[in-house]
Amino acid sequence: MADVRVLVLRAAGINREEELVHCWERAGARASLVHINALAEDPAMLKDFQIVAIPGGFSYGDDIAAGQILAQRILLGLAEPLQRLVDRGGGLLGVCNGFQVLVKTGLLPGGDVGRDKVTVTYNDSAKFEARWVRLKVCTDRCAFLEPDTYLEAPVDHAEGKVVTADNTTVKRLDEAGLIAVRYVDADGRTDTYPANPNGSVDGIAGLCDSTGRVFGLMPHLEDHFDHTHHPLWTSRKPTGPPDGLTVFQNAVRYWDS
Amino acid sequence: MVADSGEALRRWHVRVRPRTPRLDGHGRDVLADVRQIGVEHVETVRSSRIYFLEGRLDEPDVRLIAEELLTDPVAEEFECRPGLSLRDDTEPAIEVHTLPGVMNPVALSALEAARHILRARGGKQAGIDEVQTARRYEIIGARGIDDLERIASKVLANSCIETWYIDGFGRNDPIPDEFPAPPVRPFELRHVPILDLSDDALTRLSREAHLFLALGEMRVIRDHFNRRGREPTDLEIETLAQTWSEHCVHKTLKSAIDYSGDDFGRPGRTEVHFDNLLKETIVAATTKLDRDWCLSVFVDNAGIIVFDEDYGLAFKVETHNHPSAIEPYGGAATGIGGCIRDVMGCGLGAKPIASTDVFCFAPPDYDSDRLPKDVLHPRRILKGVVGGVRDYGNRMGIPTINGAIYFDDRYLGNPLVYCGCVGLIPRNRIRKEAFPGDKIVVAGGRTGRDGIHGATFSSAELTDQHAVEFSHAVQIGHAIEEKKLLDAQLVARDHPSGCLYSAVTDCGAGGLSSAVGEMGAEIGALVYLDDVPLKYAGLRYDEIWISEAQERMVFAVPPERLDALLAIFEQEEVEATVIGTFTDDHHLRVRYHGQNVGELDMEFLHNGVPKQHLTATWSTPANGDTRATGEDEVSCAATPNDRLLEALGELNTASKEWVIRQYDHEVQGRSVVKPLVGPGFGPSDAAVLRPRYDRYGGVAIGCGLCPELSDVDPYWMAVVAVDEALRNVICVGANPEHTAILDNFCWPKVDTKESLGALVRACVGARDAAITFGLPFISGKDSLNNEFSMSPEEAKRTGLPDRIAIPYTLLISAMGVIKDVRQCVSMDLKVPGNYLVLASEPVDGGRNGLERAREMHHRVASLIAAGKVRAAHDVSDGGLAVAVAEMSIASNLGITVDVKPGAYAGSIFAPVPTTYVLEMTEADAAACRLPIIGRVEADPRVRIKHDGVGQINLSIADLAETWRAPLAQGGGR
Repeated sequence: MADVRVLVLRAAGINREEELVHCWERAGARASLVHINALAEDPAMLKDFQIVAIPGGFSYGDDIAAGQILAQRILLGLAEPLQRLVDRGGGLLGVCNGFQVLVKTGLLPGGDVGRDKVTVTYNDSAKFEARWVRLKVCTDRCAFLEPDTYLEAPVDHAEGKVVTADNTTVKRLDEAGLIAVRYVDADGRTDTYPANPNGSVDGIAGLCDSTGRVFGLMPHLEDHFDHTHHPLWTSRKPTGPPDGLTVFQNAVRYWDS
Repeated sequence: MVADSGEALRRWHVRVRPRTPRLDGHGRDVLADVRQIGVEHVETVRSSRIYFLEGRLDEPDVRLIAEELLTDPVAEEFECRPGLSLRDDTEPAIEVHTLPGVMNPVALSALEAARHILRARGGKQAGIDEVQTARRYEIIGARGIDDLERIASKVLANSCIETWYIDGFGRNDPIPDEFPAPPVRPFELRHVPILDLSDDALTRLSREAHLFLALGEMRVIRDHFNRRGREPTDLEIETLAQTWSEHCVHKTLKSAIDYSGDDFGRPGRTEVHFDNLLKETIVAATTKLDRDWCLSVFVDNAGIIVFDEDYGLAFKVETHNHPSAIEPYGGAATGIGGCIRDVMGCGLGAKPIASTDVFCFAPPDYDSDRLPKDVLHPRRILKGVVGGVRDYGNRMGIPTINGAIYFDDRYLGNPLVYCGCVGLIPRNRIRKEAFPGDKIVVAGGRTGRDGIHGATFSSAELTDQHAVEFSHAVQIGHAIEEKKLLDAQLVARDHPSGCLYSAVTDCGAGGLSSAVGEMGAEIGALVYLDDVPLKYAGLRYDEIWISEAQERMVFAVPPERLDALLAIFEQEEVEATVIGTFTDDHHLRVRYHGQNVGELDMEFLHNGVPKQHLTATWSTPANGDTRATGEDEVSCAATPNDRLLEALGELNTASKEWVIRQYDHEVQGRSVVKPLVGPGFGPSDAAVLRPRYDRYGGVAIGCGLCPELSDVDPYWMAVVAVDEALRNVICVGANPEHTAILDNFCWPKVDTKESLGALVRACVGARDAAITFGLPFISGKDSLNNEFSMSPEEAKRTGLPDRIAIPYTLLISAMGVIKDVRQCVSMDLKVPGNYLVLASEPVDGGRNGLERAREMHHRVASLIAAGKVRAAHDVSDGGLAVAVAEMSIASNLGITVDVKPGAYAGSIFAPVPTTYVLEMTEADAAACRLPIIGRVEADPRVRIKHDGVGQINLSIADLAETWRAPLAQGGGR
C-alpha cells in the first residue's frame, strides 16, 4: 500500500463519505473519516495527512445555500490550517458539496481570485438533476488529472452552476489553467444542455488552484469506481480502470512520489 | 433607523435577491406554475428570500451576518432594515411566512451559524435569539387582487403550514412586527367522562375527538374503565385510539370473515370462513413456503432476508396517503422519512441503501374547473410529492432507484404515495429485546405540536373540509436531522464493545405512545413527559405523548451502557434524552408534573381490541372477463402507426424521466442497474444494487401494480401484481428462488360486504400466487378508508359523484438476490442481427395456469443466469407493441417484429401476464425453443406486422418524442 494518508471530512448532512473513503482505499491510500467537530477541536491532526477530501451531500441541509454553513464552519478556524496543508505540499479535494464548500471558503480557485469573483449557484433548471456527463480535462497542472483525457461520471445536484462576477474572471481562470474540467458534448461543445447540465459558464465542471493540488468538481467521480456503475455497462466491454478510480490513482501516484 | 441600541432586543429583516433575472431560476419556476394555473398574463416573477433576525443586534452585526452567511457575494445582493414589516416594492407582491410552531429547518440552521459568526466577529454585546424566514415574490403583470390571491393560494403557499401577505392594488396586509408565538396551555389533568355514555354518545365522542374507533371498541373501553371504577384521562383514551387504530393494528385484515361469493381463480361459487384473514392468506403463504433465508417476517418494522453469510437485507414499504393529499410536499417527505426510520428501527438497525416510490394520482391534465373545493390539483400533488421524496431521499443520501406512477381519475381526492426503503443489516444485529431496567431514550428531533393524530387521521375519510380539520396532522420533515440520527445510531450499533442498546424502534404513527407502548409490551414502562425535549413551550402532556414530530427514535439502553451511548450522540450533534425506564409490572405508566396522567394495562392496550366478525361477498360483474389478460382499450386511432403512438403517449406508459431525474440514483456507489437504461433512457424493469463494495453479489428491487384489473376481479388483480413484480426482478437477473415480496393494500372504506369481499379476493389471490411462485411475503401494510366525499352542491358543481372511492389497489414490491451483478441484463437492445424471443404463459383459466406460469418465470430466469439473454423486458401496460417499442427507444436500435396469429394471447396493445421479450443471439434463440418474433436492426425504425393490426412502421425518433411528451414537465403545458 502506498503511504498516502487522506482525511475524509464528515459533517451533519454529508452523505457520500462511504464511497469516497472506498475510492481512496481502492487506489491504495489510507483514508480516515473525521468529523468536523473533532477536526475543529484539534486542527493539528492535519499534520498526519497529505490530503483532505470533502465529500458530497447536503452539509447542514444546504440551508441558506449549498455548502454555505459548512463553509462558515471552515472559515471560522479551519481555513488557515487547510491552506497551510496545501502550502506544505498537501492537497484538497472537494466533490459536489465539497466543491461548493471549497469555492465558498475561497480555497478555490484561491490565489488572488477573491470569494466575490466565483460562486456555485442554482442550476438553470432550478431543479435537482441526476444524469451522467462527459468531462474534458482542460488543465495540465492538476495533481489529480491526466491532461487531455475524458472522464465520465454522474452529476446529482441542484446547485452546480459555476458563475463568475464578470467575463474577465473566466478569461483569467482559463489562462491560468485553473479550469480543470469542462462539460463537453459529443462534438466538444461546452454550452449545450444536457451535456452541460446546469448552465455553468464556459462549461466549468471543476476548478483547481494555481498549485494544482487543490481540486474540486461537481460530478461524482467517486460513484464511478467500478465498471458496473457506468449506465451503459451492459452493452460494452470494459477497457482500463473505471474513469472515477483513475483520478484517485493519479493522486496517490502524485503524493506517493 | 431605530434609535435604541445596546441591551434592547431589536428586530431586523434582511432581504436577499438574485443579482440578475438570469440567476432567478426559482422565479422562473414559479412563473411556469403561475401560467399553468391559467394566469397567463403574468410576465415575470421576481423571487427573494427574507430573513428576520431578533437579538441584541446593531446594523454592523446584521450586515456581517447578511454578507458572510445569508448572501452569495457573486450571485446575490441584499438589503437590511430594522423591523420585520417594512417593504416598499413598486410591483405587486406576495410574502409567504411559515405559521408559528411549524418546523423551519433553514431558520434553525441560520440561527446557529449566525451565533458562530457573532461570537467570532460580532459587536461586543451582540447576540441573536431568533431567526425566521419568509419568501417574497413580485408578480409583474398581475391585474388585481384576485390574481394575487389565486397565485398565493394555488402556487406559492399551503395554508396548512403557511400564511401570506399581499401588497399591491391598494391592499397592504399588515405583517406583524414581532414573531407570533404558538398558543400556550397551562397544565390541567383532564378526564374524559365515558363510564355512563350511551352508544350514541360513544359514537359521537369517537368522531368528535378524532378517535375513529368503532362503537364496539368504544364499548370495550367504557366497560374496561367501569371495571377499574374511574374515568379515563384524555391521554389514556388517546393512547388506546392510537394503538388500536387501523394504521397500527390492521384490525380489518385481522378480523374474522365469512365470505360467500365467486370462487377464487375458478368458475363457480364458494363459502369460506376465515378466523383471521391476514394470518390465513398472506402470512400463511410465508409459513407454508418456510424458506430458511427468511430471517424476520411480519414481527418487526421491516422484513429481513439473507443476503450473504454476513448480512441480511431489510425491506419496508409504507403509505402516506392522507397527509400527501393535504400537503403533498411535507406528506411525501415525511412518508419516505418514516419508512427510512422503519428500516433504521428494524432489528438493532439496518443501514438504508435504497428507496422506492410508487404513486397513484389523477391525471395531471385534469380539468381545473371540475376540482372539488379543498382538493389540490393533481399536477400540484404530483410536483409536491415528487419534490418531497426528492428532497428527503437525496438529502439522506439514499438513492431512489425504483418506482412507478399510475394515473386514474378516482385518485383525485385520495392520491396514493407508497414509499419503500431497503436496508443492509449485519446478521448479528437482528435480534432485539428491551429488558426491565433499561432506560428509555428518545433521540433525534424535538417534539412539537406537528403531526398530532396522524395514526387516527389515516382512518378518516377525506372530505372537502379536511384541510381545515386536519392541518395539525401535517408533519414537517427535516432530512438532515434524520441523517445525523442515522449516523449516530450506526456508531452506537457497531460500537467495539457491542451494540450500546438492547432495542430500538422508530417514533412513527402515534408518536411516543406507540413506540414506548410497543417496546414495553411484554414488560412495562414508566415515562416522565416533563423530560421530553420540546421545540417550544406550551405543549399539553397528551400532545407530547402522541405528537408525530419527525426524526425521532426510541432506544432501550442498559444503564451501564447509557453514558457511552449519550457520549456518541453528543459527538454527532444529536440530542438524546432519558425519559423513563422499562419496568416489569406489565403496565404503561405516564407521569407529568408529578401526577399520573395515564396508567394502562399492557395486556388491555395490546390485546384488548375486540375482534371484528364481518361478512363479505363478491360477484364478478356480469360483463366482466375473469381472465387476467387485459383486452385492448377502445381506440379511435385511424392507422396502426397512430395506434402505437397513442399507446406510447398514454400517461401510464409515457416516460417518467422528468420525475426520475430529480432523484439521486448514484449516491452510495451501489447502483448497478438504474431506472433509466440505454442511450435512449428506456424504462428499466427493476433496479439492481451491489450492497457490498468488495463483492459482486447483488439485489434486484421491483414492483407490480395493476389496479385497473380490480374493476374486473381483485383476485386476478392480486395474482397479476405478484406476477408483474416477479417478472420485473427476473428481467434484470434476480433468482426467483431467493426473492421475497411485500404487500401494501390501499382500499376505499371497507364498510360494505363488497369492498370487504374485494379485500378477501385480493388476499387470496396474493396468497395463491405467492405460494405457487415460491415468493414469501416478509412485510406488509394496509391503508383503508381512501375515499373522498363532498357536499351535494360541490358534487353538482363539479359533475362528480359525492363519494369518490379509489380503485382497489395492491402494490407488490419484490426483492430478489443476485449471485453476481455482472450477469445482470438491461432492457435496451444490444446488437443488430440478434433475435427477439417471446416467452409467454398467460395465467388464465384457473389456478392450474399459475403452475405453468411459475415454470415460465423459472425458465426465463435460467436463460438469463446462463448468460443466454442480452436484453429482457416485461410486457405490461401497452402490451407487446409498447414493450418492443420501449426496447428500441432505449437502445436507438430498430426492430422488425412479425407476430403470427396465436403467438401472443391478446391484442398486441394489451398486457398479458407472465410475458417477456428477450433478445438472444441467433444460436441461443434457436436453442431455447421459444417462439422467435423478430430481429434487432441497425436501421432506427420500429416495424411490427400483426394480422389483427396491420403494419406499423415508425422511426424511433417519432416514437421517443411521443413517449416523452406527456410528462415532460410534470404533465404541465
